[in-house]
Amino acid sequence: MTDDKPTTGGVPVPVPPAGATSGAPAEFPPAAPAGRGMFGNQGSGDVSGFGGLVRQHHTVEDSPRPYGGYFDEVRDALEEAYPAFGEAIEKVVVDRGELTLHIRPERIAEVCQVMRDDPALRFELCSSVSGVDYLGADARRLHVVYQLTSMTYRRRVRLEAAVSVEEPHLPSVTAVYPTADWQERETYDMFGVVFDGHPALTRILMPDDWEGHPQRKDYPLGGVPVEYKGAEIPPPDKRRSYQ
Amino acid sequence: MTTSNYATERETTEGRVFTVTGGDWDDVVSGVDPINEGRIVVNMGPQHPSTHGVLRLILELEGETVREARSVVGYLHTGIEKNLEYRNWVQGSTFVTRMDYLSPLFNETAYSLAVEKLLGIEEQITERATTIRVLMMELNRISSHLVWLATTAMELGAINMMLYGFREREYILEIFELITGLRMNHAYVRPGGVAQDVPDEAIVKIRDFLKLMPKRLKEYEDLLSGQPIWLERTQNVAVLDVTGCVALGVTGPVLRSAGLAWDLRKTMPYCGYETYEFDVPTHSDGDVWGRYLVRNAEIRESLKLVEQALDRLKPGPVMVADKKIAWPAQLAIGVDGMGNSLEHVAKIMGQSMESLIHHFKLVTEGFRVPPGQVYVGVESPRGELGVHAVSDGGTRPYRVHYREPSFVNLQALPAMAEGGLIADVIAGGASLDPVMGGCDR
Repeated sequence: MTDDKPTTGGVPVPVPPAGATSGAPAEFPPAAPAGRGMFGNQGSGDVSGFGGLVRQHHTVEDSPRPYGGYFDEVRDALEEAYPAFGEAIEKVVVDRGELTLHIRPERIAEVCQVMRDDPALRFELCSSVSGVDYLGADARRLHVVYQLTSMTYRRRVRLEAAVSVEEPHLPSVTAVYPTADWQERETYDMFGVVFDGHPALTRILMPDDWEGHPQRKDYPLGGVPVEYKGAEIPPPDKRRSYQ
Repeated sequence: MTTSNYATERETTEGRVFTVTGGDWDDVVSGVDPINEGRIVVNMGPQHPSTHGVLRLILELEGETVREARSVVGYLHTGIEKNLEYRNWVQGSTFVTRMDYLSPLFNETAYSLAVEKLLGIEEQITERATTIRVLMMELNRISSHLVWLATTAMELGAINMMLYGFREREYILEIFELITGLRMNHAYVRPGGVAQDVPDEAIVKIRDFLKLMPKRLKEYEDLLSGQPIWLERTQNVAVLDVTGCVALGVTGPVLRSAGLAWDLRKTMPYCGYETYEFDVPTHSDGDVWGRYLVRNAEIRESLKLVEQALDRLKPGPVMVADKKIAWPAQLAIGVDGMGNSLEHVAKIMGQSMESLIHHFKLVTEGFRVPPGQVYVGVESPRGELGVHAVSDGGTRPYRVHYREPSFVNLQALPAMAEGGLIADVIAGGASLDPVMGGCDR
């Protein structure tokens, strides 16, 4: 592999993985559990070869203009309607026929407001809010992803805001899109992202007294014993069949 | 005056708490001073016959009027999205089919469309596979709406409708069993196509169903549409207008019952829906009655779509030609149940070492998906079912998120219920058609 990265216009470019490039189940137990192996299982012999799997990391690059389709119109309309565009938009990525605007987290509610209200944009419906944890690939590893739908123009756009685990705060968009209420609660529950200004940011799917945020990449599958009345089964990653 | 004291009461710091076990409502009401303690909080569910699964409602009542309603979800959370990250892309179909158990084929199709978009192979999906997907989804829409009709009618007191609705739904499940091998949890639609071809017997059975269903639908309408109790319980109940729906993210029949003809099959077509002829039924009142009419009309439209899909079904492959993605074996029924076809097993075990290696690699490790993210939305019986799939270039999903219409639509329950009667909470909640398996995932 050479050092100069090829520019492919918004398509993520692979970065060579650190170590374990031979494909053999070497280096076991791995130095860092996250992003390696199958079940976060460590310290035992590995005959499957899955223990040697290493997650690859990719960087996302700005797409060159013109983007094609309605994407240029959306960008231009937002740039015109939102004076702080240059400051708030980190990247514009077009990939697989979808437009993604990477937004500075503190600006997300303002951008949503403009996206909803500007007559040339009119993204009335917030289809989905969720999170992705890019552990190891991004210092601000927790990404919150908003899928907006314009019913007027029949368009879709994705907004993405990245925050760090140390400072996982960004403004809530519930004032703009009331439908984000439960979806922000789910993102908080699963990733630990705190939405400032949310009316009642509590866990929604996990029990109220749960510790940890299960969808984070350093949270193991299993990890919690299965409790029955009078009996306890160890979590999947501690069971003998997986060791 | 009865001496039984089922409703035990105790004093707490929050006020007086009654434990209600049934048949003792009078005791509760008589225990409350209507002037000083005008409001009582009723905890309905999570185990309650009319909450469509494990949904908990906390209702603050003034007499029989609901002043505040809050819903609590999460009792059926099974961590499917997390589990997906530990299995390969094809195995994902087996997980997602279990989310919304009344519309498994929509979950599978949305997932498969997302994976195909990530792979960039949308153009290579065969016409027959796409037509079978449409056929299966529309049959599934009918069966899902039938369960809605059956359970909602039961909750509003029409037990006979429940029996009829489940009877016809069972017919569709038999068709599914004939095609996929299973009544539910099919894992039939897979990235690249469908798991196996539709057998000829199934076509005959679907044709029979197309003849039968319009008559049965007429029977349901004869049973309910003019029925005074049904009209009283549904008309002007749990009203939500278009503005409210869009603000709260409510899509599907509930949005269409308020008058907006937003149906992803028409507005953002996928699977070739733009080439089919069908209408998007709407209603203007935005009440439970409107939702009933819209769903009934949608069953008729789905029947039209099933018929068109059957007519289009031309012989051909049902999986992509790319051997790096397609499942290596066709499935077949053997003496010990369904599994890989015997010819395939004979070939990989006896004739071709390379085929064996290929089979082993593809089945255990799976195919690689180029890095990136996509969002795909399909129109499920409950509204927009969206899949946000992220790949890091590996053989397993990096992240899959389901935008579940049941989850999003349930947020509208307080808006529908507050200010109405407690009996209308049942009708309003049922009219959203929430499926908790999908809501909690």
